Amino acid sequence: MPRAEGARQHGEFGEIRLDRVSRGFDGVMALQDLDLTIRRGEFIAFLGPSGCGKSTALNCVAGLLSLTGGSIWVDDRRIDELPPERRGFGMVFQNYALFPHMTVRKNIGFGLAMRGVPKAEAEARIDAAIRLVQLEAHGTKLPGQLSGGQQQRVAIARAIVVQPPLVLMDEPLSNLDARLRLEMRHEIRRIHQELGRSTVYVTHDQDEALSLADRIVVLREGRVRQIGTPEELYARPATLDVARFMGYRNVFEGELDHWQDGGQGERVAVRRHDLRVVGMPREALGSGRRAAVAIRPEDVLPGPEGEDAISGVVESVEFIGREYAATALTPTGLMLHFRSHQRLHLDEPVHLRAAPERVLVFAAEEGA
Amino acid sequence: MTIHVADHPPAAARPTLRRRMAAAGWDRTTLLVVPAALFVLLLFIYPFIYGLILSFEPMKGGAFSNYTAFFSDPYLYDTIGTTMWLALPATVLNMALAMPIAFRVRNLRWQRALTTILVIPITLGTVLVAEGLLTYLGPQGWLNRTLIELGLSSGPVRLTHNYWGVFLSLVITGFPFVFLLTLSYVTGIDPALPAAAATLGAGPSRQFRHIFLPLLVPGLAIAFCLAFVQAYSVFPSAVLLGAPAGPTRVISIAAYQAAFEQYDYSMASAIAMIMAAVQLVVVVAVLAGRRLFYRGPMGSGKG
Repeated sequence: MPRAEGARQHGEFGEIRLDRVSRGFDGVMALQDLDLTIRRGEFIAFLGPSGCGKSTALNCVAGLLSLTGGSIWVDDRRIDELPPERRGFGMVFQNYALFPHMTVRKNIGFGLAMRGVPKAEAEARIDAAIRLVQLEAHGTKLPGQLSGGQQQRVAIARAIVVQPPLVLMDEPLSNLDARLRLEMRHEIRRIHQELGRSTVYVTHDQDEALSLADRIVVLREGRVRQIGTPEELYARPATLDVARFMGYRNVFEGELDHWQDGGQGERVAVRRHDLRVVGMPREALGSGRRAAVAIRPEDVLPGPEGEDAISGVVESVEFIGREYAATALTPTGLMLHFRSHQRLHLDEPVHLRAAPERVLVFAAEEGA
Repeated sequence: MTIHVADHPPAAARPTLRRRMAAAGWDRTTLLVVPAALFVLLLFIYPFIYGLILSFEPMKGGAFSNYTAFFSDPYLYDTIGTTMWLALPATVLNMALAMPIAFRVRNLRWQRALTTILVIPITLGTVLVAEGLLTYLGPQGWLNRTLIELGLSSGPVRLTHNYWGVFLSLVITGFPFVFLLTLSYVTGIDPALPAAAATLGAGPSRQFRHIFLPLLVPGLAIAFCLAFVQAYSVFPSAVLLGAPAGPTRVISIAAYQAAFEQYDYSMASAIAMIMAAVQLVVVVAVLAGRRLFYRGPMGSGKG
């Protein structure tokens, strides 16, 4: 079958390029100007809150949504006009989308049957896929007889058994409980490392994105906010939005105090009422006097009293294993999230510090 | 820290009546079925049994003489085939029309408005539809006038007082029913399923064959049975729009004539029983075929 031949050739692609991919719904842009090059074998995560356009982006790549602008290329072949069945990408759906009337084997073998793979070869590949997702004992069951985690494995096996050039995953773990989610995360990582298939993975969970992806695309309101490796995003978020999303829970605004060159790069101080923090500017701060500070709770630690410390009283304490997650309230009404190795008591005074290289300073948000 | 366990109730105590009934599947909610069950018993089962017994008590002859009379008189037994010849094609046509339209409509925004419009013919009742069709399809009706006006026909096309009048009225009164059922089955299928099939290489026709059709068949079988039974018991339109003495002498007309022209209630009951048996045979055959298909939830996992 010529189509099957074509699909196999696509498996040998060099890169997939999204060029200003846009999609609007009734005049509202759900996704705008997404530029991205997916290299062979790469694991890309689309990360963002719900409604940010990440699923729209995935469906555009899959061919389930048509573009309202831009183009998608596999090497020098334009594919955004092709229907999904001619793109040959494997997709794992959020609700798994297993065919309820087919056994596990039939589900997994569906793509092979559609491609006209000879029966003997198909059986062998189904066996291999079932082994890969460790469902050997469940081949003849119907999806309704499986647990959520097992259904998820079937969905993954079904998507990868056709050896697609690109695997698309739409929040595949969001319907699983916390323990299973962690387990399946490792499983997805293992399968990716074993097969080396290029993967685009949509999630709203930063931990999932950080642990799975080679590169993360942070989306918000239909636009790309940052593309980078997990390490880059974790340590150096490009905007305040991204910082918030990457777990910088302490965000507050203040006035730019003065510039300071500490020798190891630019430093800047921000003053808010009586407190003053020194940090690293992450973007051009402009001529404005206002700036926003972002610090991770893990980087704020209690210590001895001092002029460089922010003083406050303990508001809440929560044991999270290994350490305590706590909040403190400063006299001027600022709430700070921090970590402590010792159990703290409510209303106990604390003196908090954060290393300047861990304090990020952004331009203040418009109208905030 | 010690935990104080509440004292166990005396082990010898017999569970209460409510507990015992609940264990047997009879809780209070289940008891709410009782009025409905009584209703069915009084209004359906009792008349049915009554009619069945009555059919074996003919005005003259032995217990089975009504049945032997029916099957030895072509004027009577031909009605089975006549009715079948109306009901089966009308039902099949309705199913064939409903399916593509349901597929087209399921994603439309004015689906609600359309379904409301389609419910109206059901509420009108068959007599009113037959009356309307009589004038619309008649020799002086709009349809024939338009056809002649447009030069598509030299004289009026005869569509009333024959097979076609009854057939058309069965299609018109039966379609909304079949369509609404079909639409609910079609929209009940998770759109992620055909999407998944598409990403696996199935084009529209193969999505239909491998995903939609197998999932729809059980529902369509039910829709078919309901529509068929409705069509097989056609009476008013067969009288008003058809030729009740000839080509559209359906089985209900035979029963009517036995009951109200010959005042032979026993014979009429026998004909009604034969009619029920024919319907039952078709329904059982269709439902038996349905068993071959998947009939579980239409969802796609825990979504």
